[in-house]
Amino acid sequence: MNAKTVFMGYTRSDLANLVVALLVALVVIPTVVQTDYWYSSILIPWLCLSLAAIGQQIVMGYTGQLALGAAGFMAAGAFACFNLILRVPYLPFPVALALSGLIAAAFGILFGLPSLRVRGIYLMVATLASQFFIIWMIDKFGWFKNYDTSGIITAQDILIFGKPFTSPFEMYLVVVVVVTVLTILAINMTRGSTGRNWMAVRDMDIAAESMGISLLRTKLQAFAISAFFCGVAGALFAFTYLKSLEPVAFDIKLSFKILFMVILGGLGTINGAFIGAAFILLFPVVLNSIGNNLFHGAIDATIISATEQVVFGALIIIFMIYEPLGMAKLWYNIKQSVRSRFAPRSELPRQRAT
Amino acid sequence: MMQARNFPIGDPILEVRNISLSFGGVKAITNTSFNVLRHEIRAIIGPNGAGKSSLLNCINGIYKPQEGTITLKNEVLDKISPNIVARKGISRTFQNLALFKRMSVLDNVLVGRQLHMSANFLQVAFQTPQARREERENRERCEEIVEFLEIAHIRDTPVGRLPYGLQKKVELGRALATEAEILLLDEPMAGMNVEEKREMCRFILKVNDEFGTTMVLIEHDMGVVMDISDNVVVLDYGKVIGDGPPDEVRSDQAVIDAYLGVAHD
Repeated sequence: MNAKTVFMGYTRSDLANLVVALLVALVVIPTVVQTDYWYSSILIPWLCLSLAAIGQQIVMGYTGQLALGAAGFMAAGAFACFNLILRVPYLPFPVALALSGLIAAAFGILFGLPSLRVRGIYLMVATLASQFFIIWMIDKFGWFKNYDTSGIITAQDILIFGKPFTSPFEMYLVVVVVVTVLTILAINMTRGSTGRNWMAVRDMDIAAESMGISLLRTKLQAFAISAFFCGVAGALFAFTYLKSLEPVAFDIKLSFKILFMVILGGLGTINGAFIGAAFILLFPVVLNSIGNNLFHGAIDATIISATEQVVFGALIIIFMIYEPLGMAKLWYNIKQSVRSRFAPRSELPRQRAT
Repeated sequence: MMQARNFPIGDPILEVRNISLSFGGVKAITNTSFNVLRHEIRAIIGPNGAGKSSLLNCINGIYKPQEGTITLKNEVLDKISPNIVARKGISRTFQNLALFKRMSVLDNVLVGRQLHMSANFLQVAFQTPQARREERENRERCEEIVEFLEIAHIRDTPVGRLPYGLQKKVELGRALATEAEILLLDEPMAGMNVEEKREMCRFILKVNDEFGTTMVLIEHDMGVVMDISDNVVVLDYGKVIGDGPPDEVRSDQAVIDAYLGVAHD
């Protein structure tokens, strides 16, 4: 905060991070990664779920409202996008995406209403309603699925101004652009007065109110913006990863996954959303390949997959004991120790007197 | 206090009329009335449980008294929430510190500037020129406040890590940042040592003198109360038993019996 701002309130290191991230995403990865598997099974779902995790961060990490129902808003966004493209001719994909986010945001406001009365674990139970209601609504009324009886609807091709984006790499580009833009917007909000309002409500709501912050507006705003992020993430998830629309894909398990991403990644951090999503998504894949390569044939496959889950659960517990502030904090500590090893003495952050 | 003040004491700015507040069967405040004059420093004293904090909470809109009215600048504050009271120009600090613990000192003070910032979340998200200008101006204002309170060196530290005395200062800074006309200070000097108390008194007097802020403060240290306040209200069991200048209140028999006691020398 104290560091000098170079451009529009960003510090030099902010801009460096952005440049590095974009270089990696748009230059390094396309040249190194050649197989579709990496794009369609790892990078795309990781970015989509990171975006949903940012949504969960906003409502839970920044505003302190224990909400559980991110997957419900993702479903709302996904089916909104499907219906918009289906029913509105010549609608460019980015516009459909933004509108789906807005529709999800409307649901967010509706299901954020309990937060005005209940808090903590009770709010979590109340917000579960969104999860079940949205999925039920989509299943119940055939209109949302365009009266498709097979249960699985194929997502339309992504068309941006007439150009189709159908190969895994092209879809990856779409996802990278959307996620980058929305992440920057999220960072701006969390660093500005909007984010301060959220955090004030999180840390001490009565004091926030005494400073003139309306709890009603702030909480509902956080729910709406959170649902917007989840909605866009859900639409991207359905159109670029699943390539189909089925309510089952957005069940309570996905909501829990997003919740764990945020907690493991580090509450109240944006990079924690990305780190947490990577951990939850990739670690089972890593464990799986380790299991298959090490014990291939020696142990029954079902036992291996069960063991993976046990190891994964144990790791989460160990991790939470070791670093309760999440992986973003761990990452920060690593950066600090690297910096203090290489930086000249004078450039070290001053030990602040208290 | 002898020399002429920049802001001489004026008419009543805040009128508390026949306030009664009870929680179930427990009566916290009974039929209490008093006025706070513009630009004065008003102390509220009384034994523990006398209803002092409840009274501040009523003025601030956190509690809604069952009876009576509170009038701010001839406008009745009726059944409104703390954020609206804040908008009308009353800010406060809390007895047990109500800071935003995970936010930095400067961010805490910046929350106090919230009423002076009008950019909505879209303007903030897209960092429009207006949002950036507003952020910069309010940040500068807050830097001035932390300089004034001599806490600039810890401006980036999360307040949860600060010792108690400094947290008290941050809370005062946050209240000052609102530029409210009336500050309600709930035991601003509780738990401080003599030196810290003296410093806090200096800040309170300086703010009152420089900005003409009306102060209503709850304090137990009679030395402090006698030194800095213009008028004192004494509460006991939810009732006003004394109201007037410090010297007058000090020699009032009812007040001596209820709260001050007699010196043992």
